[in-house]
Amino acid sequence: MAVSAIAIVRLRSLFAAVMLTSIYSLLSASFFLTLDAVDVAFTEAAVGAGITTVLFLSTLALVGRHSQESHHTRWLPLGVVTLTGAALIYATLDMPRFGDPAAPVHQHVAPRYIEQSAQEVGPPNIVTSVLASYRGYDTLGEVTVVFTAAIGVMLLLGRSRKDKQDDEHET
Amino acid sequence: MDLLGLYNYWIVILLMMAGFYIVISCGNLVKKIIGLNIFQTSVFILFISMGKVSGGTAPILAEGITRFSNPLPHVLILTAIVVGVATTSLGLAIVVRIHETYNTVNEDEIHQQDEDAE
Repeated sequence: MAVSAIAIVRLRSLFAAVMLTSIYSLLSASFFLTLDAVDVAFTEAAVGAGITTVLFLSTLALVGRHSQESHHTRWLPLGVVTLTGAALIYATLDMPRFGDPAAPVHQHVAPRYIEQSAQEVGPPNIVTSVLASYRGYDTLGEVTVVFTAAIGVMLLLGRSRKDKQDDEHET
Repeated sequence: MDLLGLYNYWIVILLMMAGFYIVISCGNLVKKIIGLNIFQTSVFILFISMGKVSGGTAPILAEGITRFSNPLPHVLILTAIVVGVATTSLGLAIVVRIHETYNTVNEDEIHQQDEDAE
């Protein structure tokens, strides 16, 4: 995965970069599977590797596929990135170790979800119970965001079509 | 070695910085959005790897299993993936619109055209 990410950084051709993003997404889906997150892996494979790629490809069809070489100095961004990365690595030194059952994230509401969801909600898949019941408002918010984004896309793309038609009428 | 237990965060940081580098160094707007996507996926991996319990299985109740990974990050990331696609599509729509107006998706050329117009 890290290799494909770095390859995307180096690539000039946008088409290849988009295909690599898709592969990257699929790899992260299999990564989620090994980390026990089966539902997330399904979603990532379908949405991340599927729909996102289609969106990128349809954009490329409209805007052309070659990324021009920009003649910026590359040291400033590289320096900023290295500094940020070093600061973040310093911050991880206090984090709980990977797979530690005593980590704070497992102490708050998660035990209740695991122990009580079968009686309180029903389905054997705990992720489903939490998504639909305990955190139902999250899903409502998500639907709102998707709705807003859809309206935004329609406004942006619909208006330009109309402008073009108006131009054609005028000329 | 105790520090080795932190390797998942380091992978996340490496991916995150790769995405960040693309966003700040590439002039092409489509590539910037690709960088944002990589950044986003690294945050997903951060959450999911925090939810992992060693020896645990997927959080689906079944007989004979007592140790599960934490379901809460999974739920949050399911929501985040869908929201991520929504923001990506909005960003790409803006890129298409910019392309129609300026006839380029390169940041430098857009700046150049703006300055010429003034």
